[in-house]
Amino acid sequence: MYEITKVEHLVDKDWLMVVKAPFVAKKCEPGQFLIVKLGELGERIPLTIADYDREEETITIVFQVVGASTEKMSKLKAGDCFTDVVGPLGKPSEMIDTPIDELKKQSIIFIAGGVGAAPVYPQVKWLHAHGIEADVILGARSKDLLIMEDDLRKVAANVYVCTDDGSYGDKGVVTDILKKLVNEQGKKYTQCIAIGPVIMMKFACLTTKDLGIPTIVSMNPIMIDGTGMCGACRLVVGDQVKFACVDGPEFDGHLVDFDLAMKRQRQYRDEEGRAMLALQEGATHSGGCEADK
Amino acid sequence: MNNSMTRVPVREQDAKVRATNFDEVCLGYNDEEAVLEAERCLNCKNPLCMKGCPVSIHIPDFITKIKEKDIAGAADVIALSSALPAVCGRVCPQETQCEGKCVRGIKGEAVSIGKLERYVADWAREHDYVAAKAGEPNGKRVAVIGSGPSGLTCAGDLAKLGYDVTIFEAFHQPGGVLVYGIPEFRLPKDRVVRPEIENVKKLGVKIDTNVIVGRSLTIDDLLNEEGFDAVFVGSGAGLPRFMNIPGESANGVYSANEFLTRNNLMKAFREDADTPIKVGKKVVVVGGGNVAMDAARTALRLGAEVHVVYRRSEEELPARVEEVHHAKEEGIIFDLLQNPVEIYVDENDWVKGMKIQRMKLGEPDASGRRRPEEIPGDVYDLDCDMVIMSLGTSPNPLIKQTTEGLDTNKHGCIIAKEENGQTSKTAVFAGGDAVTGAATVILAMGAGKAAAKGIDDFLNGRA
Repeated sequence: MYEITKVEHLVDKDWLMVVKAPFVAKKCEPGQFLIVKLGELGERIPLTIADYDREEETITIVFQVVGASTEKMSKLKAGDCFTDVVGPLGKPSEMIDTPIDELKKQSIIFIAGGVGAAPVYPQVKWLHAHGIEADVILGARSKDLLIMEDDLRKVAANVYVCTDDGSYGDKGVVTDILKKLVNEQGKKYTQCIAIGPVIMMKFACLTTKDLGIPTIVSMNPIMIDGTGMCGACRLVVGDQVKFACVDGPEFDGHLVDFDLAMKRQRQYRDEEGRAMLALQEGATHSGGCEADK
Repeated sequence: MNNSMTRVPVREQDAKVRATNFDEVCLGYNDEEAVLEAERCLNCKNPLCMKGCPVSIHIPDFITKIKEKDIAGAADVIALSSALPAVCGRVCPQETQCEGKCVRGIKGEAVSIGKLERYVADWAREHDYVAAKAGEPNGKRVAVIGSGPSGLTCAGDLAKLGYDVTIFEAFHQPGGVLVYGIPEFRLPKDRVVRPEIENVKKLGVKIDTNVIVGRSLTIDDLLNEEGFDAVFVGSGAGLPRFMNIPGESANGVYSANEFLTRNNLMKAFREDADTPIKVGKKVVVVGGGNVAMDAARTALRLGAEVHVVYRRSEEELPARVEEVHHAKEEGIIFDLLQNPVEIYVDENDWVKGMKIQRMKLGEPDASGRRRPEEIPGDVYDLDCDMVIMSLGTSPNPLIKQTTEGLDTNKHGCIIAKEENGQTSKTAVFAGGDAVTGAATVILAMGAGKAAAKGIDDFLNGRA
């Protein structure tokens, strides 16, 4: 059992948890993910690691309630336990293996959309700890959905905020800000790392391709084991099929087939919807409908 | 003595009934049936059956004990050689091993050794009889990576020799392919697999789940920091292969691993499990091995019409004869000498059918089987709304990538000596599918056994 030491409701459907997981906390690096599971018959849920404390042997996760399993997770309190936590999974970010001198020559811009701010944070923090200050574009639909702004401001050179409805920061989407920074303010970036909803990553990559900025994205497709076994997380990158869990989760964003990734992500929408209804309203359908039997 | 040329038939769930449930197909022998079948054994002076057994169980000895109605004694005999008899009695390909060599099989049917082994193991479990005993602690520690058949066997044998053994398992449940791959109706999890693993634990073996060696820990960490004297790698072959044909990334195309893992490990067939599973109305399973049979029969039980598409003929089907027979009885349709060349996708990105190429058999290839060749122009469209790719698996590259000095071959399999499991890295041994590529439970157990002896020799300066 893996104890939850802290639970924080961030905004709307976004939650933060700190969990005791010694093996993961000892080895994990920015860019990697883990899997949590709640209950004997629970789902295995992949989540990117948002922070870690090697001394306390804890890791931080940020998740959005999107279905029945995450809904159940949001009901947990400090002191409760996950049945299983396994990781770290996937490859660490490329920067971890890049010589610091090389990184210092680069000018790095992060694009974080919505809950994607969580996996961006440890990367910016890691760079900061190595004496490299990166810029961050932080986008959300509106002010009350924005997360991790304060944390990011502590470790980034500049944080540019935008909201779709203009309720905070610039009105517009992340790509608008990027274009403004490069075209109007003369910023020169040599590397972009974009993490957020697939649709955001798609458009971020179209923009950075135009601007000639190499871009890394972090993919979070449906997966079961997270160790390369099921193949559910397969993506098309360039002309090759890749498994997000072992070949990623980070890939060259200019090569990822985002449209395919979005289609594959919708694969279990009906089941997810039904499970959510069953959780909220009881087994009105799965147990009661003759057509289902 | 029972001189019948045919074996005592084993009771099975009726095919029509079992096609709708996940209960075990084979019901096994009762006491009378077991003794009657045991009496068919000639107790040969030179028992060929033993030579066919990868773990060399003293087969005539345990069958003699059954004849004497000393079932505990029979369990003791089996325990000398095998840690997982209830599993092996169910999933071993006995027809090509012990039973294949049985003298009685020359003129009639071989003694039903597998069903007798299963009977003994089930008796022991039902009577809480634990045959194997832990050895005197010798103070040495061995780490075992993976809790599948090879890992459990290696761990059990080492514990019997007095070693302090810890198994590291990546999943949340121990058992490897026994829990994620082989379905409930062939190998019941709670009733058979779990107690068998508990027996290994009773020997003092510790099992740490949720630890991925290569990520949570490396092999060098185990040897240099965690204080283990030797490591056995039994991490299996988990990486699924795909065909690389158009449409394969469509929704509704699964690897057999995904489909079976959802169902077996995550229990998606149960109402109270959170993990969803999709089942089409008409499912095509591509491939002809045991895993393909497992996937097909699982889809059938979840309500689908199921076709197995295989590019060679029935004779070349790699699956066990018993599994093919059961699958047919249950209503699986075999489309043989056929090979998919494209998957059709509908407007919602779902599978809607396949383009199938008809094949014929040519000259034998490197595997000794006749090579399937396309019949030019002979293609047709097969409607379906789900495809399960069951084309074999290869070893996970994680351990290879994170272990300096561990040599692998071009297929990614770890190179290890067959007789003792020794790899290119000192103090590191390996066996099972991680070495051979996807094979059988019993071959993995044989390798685990050989490696346990190899480790014992190594740690006592005999190698």
